[in-house]
Amino acid sequence: MRQTDDRAPRGRLKIFLGYAAGVGKTYAMLEAARERQAEGVDVVVGLVETHGRSETERLLEGLEIVPRRTVEYRGASLNDLDLDEVLRRTPRLALMDELAHTNAAGALHPKRYQDVDELLDAGIDVYTTLNIQHLESLLDVVAQFTGVRVGETIPDSVVDESDEIELVDLPPEELLRRLAEGKVYVPEEAADAAESFFRLGNLTALREIAMRRVAQRLDAEMLAYMRTRAISGPWAAGERLLVAVSASPLSERLVRAAKRMSDELKAEWLALYIETPNDATEPELREQALANLALAERLGARVHTLPGSSVAETLVDYARRRNVTKIIAGKPLRPRWRELVRGSVVDRVIKLSGPIDVYVISSGPPTSASRVQLTRPARPWQAHLYSLPPVVIATLIGWPLAHHIEPTNLVMPYLAAVVVVAVYLGRGPAILSALLSVLAFDFFMVPPRFTLAVSDTQYLLTFAGLFIVGLVVSSLAARVREQARAARRRELQTTELYELSRELAGAAGPETITAVVRSHVRQVIGAEAVILLRDADRLNPAPGSEGVDEDELAVATWALDHRRPAGRGTETLPGASHLYLPLLTSRGTMGVLGVGLPEVDGALSATERRAPEAFATLAALAFERVDLAHTANQLELLRATEALQSALLNSVSHELRTPLASIAGVLSSLRGKGGRRDDPGLTPKARAELVETAWQEATELNRIVGNLLDMTRLESGALRMTAEPIDLEDLVGAALAQLDERLEEREVKIVLPSDLPPAAADSVLMVHVLVNVLDNALTYSPEGSPLEITGSRDGSGVRLTIADRGMGIPEEDLEAVFDKFYRTSRDHVPEWIDASRGIGLGLSISRGIISAHKGRIWAERRPGGGTVMSVALPASPGEGESGAAEVS
Amino acid sequence: MTDGGLRILVVDDERAIRRLLRTTLTALGHIVFEAAGGIQALHEVAAHRPDVVVLDLGLPDMDGSEVLARLRTWSAIPVIVLSVREEERTKVAALDAGADDYLTKPFGIDELMARIRVVLRRSVSATSDPVFRTGGLIVDLGRRRVTVDGREVSLTPTEYDLLRALVRHPGKVLTHRHLLTEVWGVPYQTETQLLRVNISNLRHKIEPNPARPTYLTTEPGVGYRLHVEE
Repeated sequence: MRQTDDRAPRGRLKIFLGYAAGVGKTYAMLEAARERQAEGVDVVVGLVETHGRSETERLLEGLEIVPRRTVEYRGASLNDLDLDEVLRRTPRLALMDELAHTNAAGALHPKRYQDVDELLDAGIDVYTTLNIQHLESLLDVVAQFTGVRVGETIPDSVVDESDEIELVDLPPEELLRRLAEGKVYVPEEAADAAESFFRLGNLTALREIAMRRVAQRLDAEMLAYMRTRAISGPWAAGERLLVAVSASPLSERLVRAAKRMSDELKAEWLALYIETPNDATEPELREQALANLALAERLGARVHTLPGSSVAETLVDYARRRNVTKIIAGKPLRPRWRELVRGSVVDRVIKLSGPIDVYVISSGPPTSASRVQLTRPARPWQAHLYSLPPVVIATLIGWPLAHHIEPTNLVMPYLAAVVVVAVYLGRGPAILSALLSVLAFDFFMVPPRFTLAVSDTQYLLTFAGLFIVGLVVSSLAARVREQARAARRRELQTTELYELSRELAGAAGPETITAVVRSHVRQVIGAEAVILLRDADRLNPAPGSEGVDEDELAVATWALDHRRPAGRGTETLPGASHLYLPLLTSRGTMGVLGVGLPEVDGALSATERRAPEAFATLAALAFERVDLAHTANQLELLRATEALQSALLNSVSHELRTPLASIAGVLSSLRGKGGRRDDPGLTPKARAELVETAWQEATELNRIVGNLLDMTRLESGALRMTAEPIDLEDLVGAALAQLDERLEEREVKIVLPSDLPPAAADSVLMVHVLVNVLDNALTYSPEGSPLEITGSRDGSGVRLTIADRGMGIPEEDLEAVFDKFYRTSRDHVPEWIDASRGIGLGLSISRGIISAHKGRIWAERRPGGGTVMSVALPASPGEGESGAAEVS
Repeated sequence: MTDGGLRILVVDDERAIRRLLRTTLTALGHIVFEAAGGIQALHEVAAHRPDVVVLDLGLPDMDGSEVLARLRTWSAIPVIVLSVREEERTKVAALDAGADDYLTKPFGIDELMARIRVVLRRSVSATSDPVFRTGGLIVDLGRRRVTVDGREVSLTPTEYDLLRALVRHPGKVLTHRHLLTEVWGVPYQTETQLLRVNISNLRHKIEPNPARPTYLTTEPGVGYRLHVEE
């Protein structure tokens, strides 16, 4: 449970241990605290009960006391420790009286030792007091000789892990005298119990236990000391204990005994519950067994559950695999005869155990605290009734043969009847049918017939045979049946988890994961689940999950921060309505799974928590996977963006420098002429050609810069657009005028119906688009080939198509040509194309502009070769043939 | 009319542009004055009385339109605006503020000289000849007759008014606002659809191929121009 953190070092815990109330623990603690304060240590009193004793109260003077918190709980107001305030105050040392105290309902933790644990976690040293009888493992021992069962217990681990224990001792006679003087606080409601408790014998025994406990600890410290100094000592290295836990009330004693033994041996201990087919059929037995297992877990055992039909074999097998050196088993409460018939589990364990020591703990008389009825519920009486017909049938088969064959052989039909009953109806009916068979056999088959007198004692053997066969077969059948049932139940759980993990594997986003987990929690646990995901330092409901209110959120946040379950069914804030499980992954806590469990008493055992925890684990993995995928996607996007940027840079630097190179070349040759004598001189014609080249390149450069600027404006959203009615004819004319020089050799066929409505568009931008499209058509079609520009209606809008007889666009690239920096693959470019022209922005810009106009632009292959580019634009609203009226 | 001996003021903050214009225009026999900012430009106009001003719109101290507006308060000197392509709106503003023409950077010197000739001719002989000719188009303002390639064209009164407005400023780009005001009157300044329809109709009557007009061309986003033969 405890985890090592690289946060503040854990505080030190000192326990003032007494053997009974009134020995002066609180007094001793306060004295020690005052000494520390005198040394300059920052001491505060978290909580001290003076029970009105003046000598104790005097010691409190001068110590800072954290005000208690008043808790309103179900109408009553209770004064209790204000843990938050102590944490906020962060003293060096806090005093916390009565370690075993149970907090008022509604407090952060149900037990004070959990409060103390949190203080220690926060790096605060704690002084506390404890009476020896509150130790969990001593519960039975104390109960045995005092006859009082202590209600408030604390796990032994709290004491074991404390840093210092001071025994506060007072001779029992002195204590009794103080009691008589009224100096010992006894709650009113416990007055009767106190009378039987405070007896010299009891006190002496408790004092001895307390002293032994402290001595044991001193031993342990000594051992630890010796070990660190590499002094060889008398410890048994690597002892490992195993205790078998079952539903039996004896198990609780076994567990405590195992704890004590493991303490004495300083050994690790394991607790194993073997789920037999019997347990599987009786949920009450199972629950009791799991409760015992949970006790073992609280006492510090590592716990496991295994299915198995043979307790002894499974136990020993497990012990071997885990290198257990000692097995602790209980002597069962069974009638002697059953042990004789079936053999005792303990005997079998001893027989199988080999080198493993087996300790058998005897049972006392069953205690009244026993919660489980060991008597089995009555089997349905019908089963017994059904055992009759097979016997009748066997008799009817045997009857006609009775005169012809030996009576011994007539046993066979009865044997068959018993086997059938045993297999299908179970043990009781099998025994009944064996009995009936013997009676029928004797009555009808064995001479003298129709009497029950047995003439020959040999038939006693027949009876015994039938009886044993019935028993053995029925047990075997029952075992097989139950094993199958147990296997089915486990199978169901496994299948469920498998289903969940399979569905989660296919879940693409947090919504799906949430939905899948919620539906499985509903199916398997029968509860509603919420999922809260961490977003920086906050918890937000996952998409598709409900949120929780403020109080619940605090519990969920605790689970997230401490990476431990909290809320209902745990030891932290059990008053919450949900059990909150952190979604732990290798990369941290993704969030919290909240399961709305029905009301439960106390903490869930490890086994009960297994299903929710499995869900939490799977959900955490799924969320982590989606998160990683998301990150990977973003990286991919970034990479694509970077690729685009480098393409841009490459393209731009190439395309800008090419015309610049021509211009610079022309200029340098013009500049070079004259001055030098060896200059051949340029003919006027050559000069004119050079200048013409430079001029064309300059124009081209201007166009490229224009396109880059347009692109930048489009992408930054800075493109200002004023849609106004424009005539396609006007548009085409303006665009063609800009390309005048390049169109000299071309035939341009223009078909524009006179009744076309005007388009709603920005005239300047539309001219850009048209120039780009035309430029493209001119570049990728042979010199002298014709162009066709056609206008038509397009639904309620207008369409303009520009068709060329050029190289065409491959089918698969019809969309790609509108991508940024798309260039025709140079392998397929015919020679007549000056493929170095352009940077692949023209069509991309055109599409951007057209989209901004809510229009469309697309490319098609032209039948007979070439490309058809189409631009569809919405018509200008309210513009019909209104112009006609103006004309007349 | 000759190109020689004009007094030209070049207003541009770009030293390279000034140097280019000074060198080439001087080589063509003109006298060139320079100004790098708006204030200086106004001083230069007052001091040297140039025949024409070539004005860049993007000046450091004052917007080109502002220079133009101030200039127009006391001088009708022809002004040719230099702009870059993106400035359609400022172009229109400059034209409406009284610029005679505009030229987009980058430009050729021959193009600039052509524009200069146009504005100078206009300023010299705006109303002296009632008959306007360009290519096959003849507009006789005195007789309200229009012929294309010798064939008489029948125009509506609005179309004729529009054509007359264009003929009055041959070769000059006229903004939508200018044409609307001149033909329809101030209240119609923004009714561009009137203009669009009538231009279209006019083209169908005077242009051999209305989709590739040669006389009446569109300056996208700015206005219309009636081309003149040089």
